[in-house]
Amino acid sequence: MSNMVQAIRMALHVAEERHDLTDVFGEDVGPPLGGAFTATQGIKCAWNTPLDERGIVGASIGLGLAGCRNVGEIQFCDYAYNTIDLLKLAGMMYWVSNGDWNLPMTIMTPVGSGIRGSIYHSHSFDATATHIPGFKIAMPSTPRDAYGLLLSCIVDPNPCFFLVPKALMRVRNAPGEEIPGEPGDDRALSKLIDAPLGDRSKWQPQWPETPDLFVPFGEGRTVRKGRDVTVVSYGRTLPLCAKAAEELSQENLDVEVIDLRSLWPYDWERVKESVSRTGRVLFVNEDTEVTNFGEHLVRRTTDELFYHLAAPPKLLAGAFVPGIGLADNLEMASVPQLPSIRAAIAELAVMEA
Amino acid sequence: MSTNLRPVPSAPESQISPELLLRMHELMVKARALEERLIHMYKQGDGYFWIGGPGEEAFNVPLGMLVQKGRGPQFDYCHFHYRNSGTWLAMGGDPIDSLRQMKNTVTDPFSGGRNFVGHYSRREWNVVPVSSPIEVQHSMAPGTALAQKRAGGRGITIVTGGDAGTAEGDFSTCLIWSSRPANLLPVLMIVTNNKWGISTAYQGQHGEKRISERGKAFGIESKTIDGNDPETSYREIAQAMEYVRSERKPFLLEAMVSRLYGHSSASGANRMTDEADCLVGFERKLEERGLRSRKEMDDLRARFTAQLQEAHKKVRDEPQPDGKTIHDNIFADRDLVREN
Repeated sequence: MSNMVQAIRMALHVAEERHDLTDVFGEDVGPPLGGAFTATQGIKCAWNTPLDERGIVGASIGLGLAGCRNVGEIQFCDYAYNTIDLLKLAGMMYWVSNGDWNLPMTIMTPVGSGIRGSIYHSHSFDATATHIPGFKIAMPSTPRDAYGLLLSCIVDPNPCFFLVPKALMRVRNAPGEEIPGEPGDDRALSKLIDAPLGDRSKWQPQWPETPDLFVPFGEGRTVRKGRDVTVVSYGRTLPLCAKAAEELSQENLDVEVIDLRSLWPYDWERVKESVSRTGRVLFVNEDTEVTNFGEHLVRRTTDELFYHLAAPPKLLAGAFVPGIGLADNLEMASVPQLPSIRAAIAELAVMEA
Repeated sequence: MSTNLRPVPSAPESQISPELLLRMHELMVKARALEERLIHMYKQGDGYFWIGGPGEEAFNVPLGMLVQKGRGPQFDYCHFHYRNSGTWLAMGGDPIDSLRQMKNTVTDPFSGGRNFVGHYSRREWNVVPVSSPIEVQHSMAPGTALAQKRAGGRGITIVTGGDAGTAEGDFSTCLIWSSRPANLLPVLMIVTNNKWGISTAYQGQHGEKRISERGKAFGIESKTIDGNDPETSYREIAQAMEYVRSERKPFLLEAMVSRLYGHSSASGANRMTDEADCLVGFERKLEERGLRSRKEMDDLRARFTAQLQEAHKKVRDEPQPDGKTIHDNIFADRDLVREN
């Protein structure tokens, strides 16, 4: 069963074979490395670029304008900040030309904490991405969703962000959620599509036959049904929310967990239906909490669901600090972890309005 | 890479036909009349901001005449900046559309009243939307050129910018990405050097003698020319283009030009008297050669001025976009760029 980087690789393979994906590019994306996280190993159209993020985003725009479906990778989202004006430009291409120039392009980038990446390998990007209108934004929490969301990004005629939670890169699908066609045995899959150590010059991947499985934008997934509290999350914190919900079920709390999966467009109907039932909602993500995407969701909840609420809508997000410090204690204190998520849910469950 | 360089011969001294000269002159006058009308519009309150290219006609017009316009990688991709009105007209653009963008009317075909004047865009001609941030087009250019290299044919990518913008990293991006040994790209990089960045003189900020010399470090053929002379411009652009089209390699062309009305309306848009006017020099030559009389040239100018005045009146009555449309065209549901 695949982990997330293997699922990404399989999606890229399917896209280059069947969906006109012409270029996958970025720093160390091509051979011999195949990506800092190995997500592009074995992809025929993968190539290495100069160490120049502005060049990567610019080339992605240029290729898209010329009708080439492409995936440009920024090795860590922390290094996308010097490309903000280009990203803004990409997001406005269709709008500013009043519907004349659409722009098929995907920017793929690893996001978030979880690898003790210190200040410049731990940033989140969801708050920034949702400040750039004109992009569709996908952020998976399972390999299967990574596969389906990436395919949706690639075939979309608009600019897309594909944000990959780096803490989940090696996480595998839950039983029953595998990608159809992939070997169930981890070792068997590894043998087929993981590049060997050492000389790779003669290595060819053996791709399993996997289908066109598109996870559409704007369609969240209810990971767990519940009556008492709604928890809405995505990316790294999603499995932690599911785990917290499971633990709290031992204390007779019935927690519903929604994986948003795409942040723009997003599945408001699913959130609305759930919160209307439970009257309590906690939004969880790990980006810094001020002007956080979760704040938008809290605002919308207040605006539209006020009279359904039994308690104030809550946001648990990353601390508003300049960076995530390297030491274990610093990282753990900077972004939501299982204990803080669990405590926030438990507190919300008994809070009276 | 340097060992593979083929020297670019000097542009041939052969005569450009009188018909071509007269056509160039006509377009230059038209471009000047257009910019002057746009400035009038700004000063009369028929637009919020003016920026354009009066003073660059001797370079921009030949450039537009030489662009292979069309849609898709077999034709030239144009990543222009906001001083390319002469190029746009020479490509066949209708000047009234610039007036529409100036007046931000719903009829503005480039942006529907969303963007500043001179910010052209037309997919049918591979003219990608001009953007206000300086030099970003240089980061995008290698992308279209890569698609063209792969597609084969003779289509090239043309990217234009000013001298001040070359200080941005995007200029280096274009130099580096166009000259990667593994994949040289058919990019014609153009710098129109007017020696100014808004109010800041080039001389005080740049140590390099010639911007074109920066190409040498990358093995990119490069040249600095007198962009105030339309004949030189025509020959040199044609030469550089032929090199890029046939060799599928980059070329850096720096053209020395004038800036006749300052940076934009933000600096007053008033006529500068200490800058050479390319139109004056060219008209003197045409007169000396007996190709066009003073009276004919005056009549030509008067005719364009009158036409644009009429166009201005027409545009003044055209509707503004409806505020309700701000959410229109954020996301495409058709892949237009792939329908080439």
